[in-house]
Amino acid sequence: MDDALLIAGKRFTSRLLIGTGKYPSFEVMKQCHEASGAELVTVAVRRLDLKAQGEASLLNWIDTSQRTLLPNTALCYTAEDAVRTCRLARELGMSHWVKLEVLGDEKTLFPDVEQTLAAARILVKEGFVVLPYTTDDIIIARKLEDAGCAAVMPLAAPIGSGLGIRNPHNLRLLREAVKVPVIVDAGVGTASDVAIAMELGCDGVLLNTAVAGARDPVRMARAMRLGVEAGREAFLAGRIPRKAYGSASSPLDGLVG
Amino acid sequence: MVLVVNGERREVPAGCTVVDLLQLLGIRGRVAVERNGTVLRQGELAETRLVEGDVLEVVTFVGGGA
Repeated sequence: MDDALLIAGKRFTSRLLIGTGKYPSFEVMKQCHEASGAELVTVAVRRLDLKAQGEASLLNWIDTSQRTLLPNTALCYTAEDAVRTCRLARELGMSHWVKLEVLGDEKTLFPDVEQTLAAARILVKEGFVVLPYTTDDIIIARKLEDAGCAAVMPLAAPIGSGLGIRNPHNLRLLREAVKVPVIVDAGVGTASDVAIAMELGCDGVLLNTAVAGARDPVRMARAMRLGVEAGREAFLAGRIPRKAYGSASSPLDGLVG
Repeated sequence: MVLVVNGERREVPAGCTVVDLLQLLGIRGRVAVERNGTVLRQGELAETRLVEGDVLEVVTFVGGGA
């Protein structure tokens, strides 16, 4: 059965999106990407270190024939800076897709949704495929969708916190509120978190630290792939209703004795 | 003439283009350049002549998630 994730008309077999930060080495990162099966890979845009010429380039370690780059605007705090970063990312010539992220608070790394929306409107007009990091607020999610964003990416907990899905009800409401894919971005810590996000009906999960920071990152990348698949399958299969009391699954008739 | 490249002052020959600057700095990989707040198209790098006091940002992709 075809169960592809469609974003802006592009088809992805994997519903896991993965980052490129904080791995012990590029080699481990590459192995994690392979183990995760992710087809969308986030990268950051930063000043080139003019003193570190000849340093191994990140792009040498990403198989761009199999994976689409998703440049991010991580740690931008204004719409203006985010738009600048996206324009630079596009000139790097690998992708016109962007993970838009405009933060509003240094401690929680929560998004500034006003600035995010302002940036999204400009970027969509300029032809970018915009995937915005946002809160789990359905009102702002609808506005981002109306602005032409290709998906909405609500947090489940603060970026890098590993706290897991703190807002299952809001994520479920959000899934009902918009038509574009809902991709949980930020907060997952382990495979069961990812499975929960998928069981809620979310269309995908973006993660980085949970894999890069695990004791065995490659193994965790595989666990995340399986978590996404298990959660998605369970969502499509339809879980049983919760009951207050026991309900035997063996026949009551024909008991011995 | 003096330019500011990624926040650092750099002395370069007068009249050089952005491509000349990248060569002077020994930059070979994939980069994008912003000049005085405006992102340059790749096709503009060879023809854009720099002037005294230009502020340039030279960026590339690095590892990052969120």
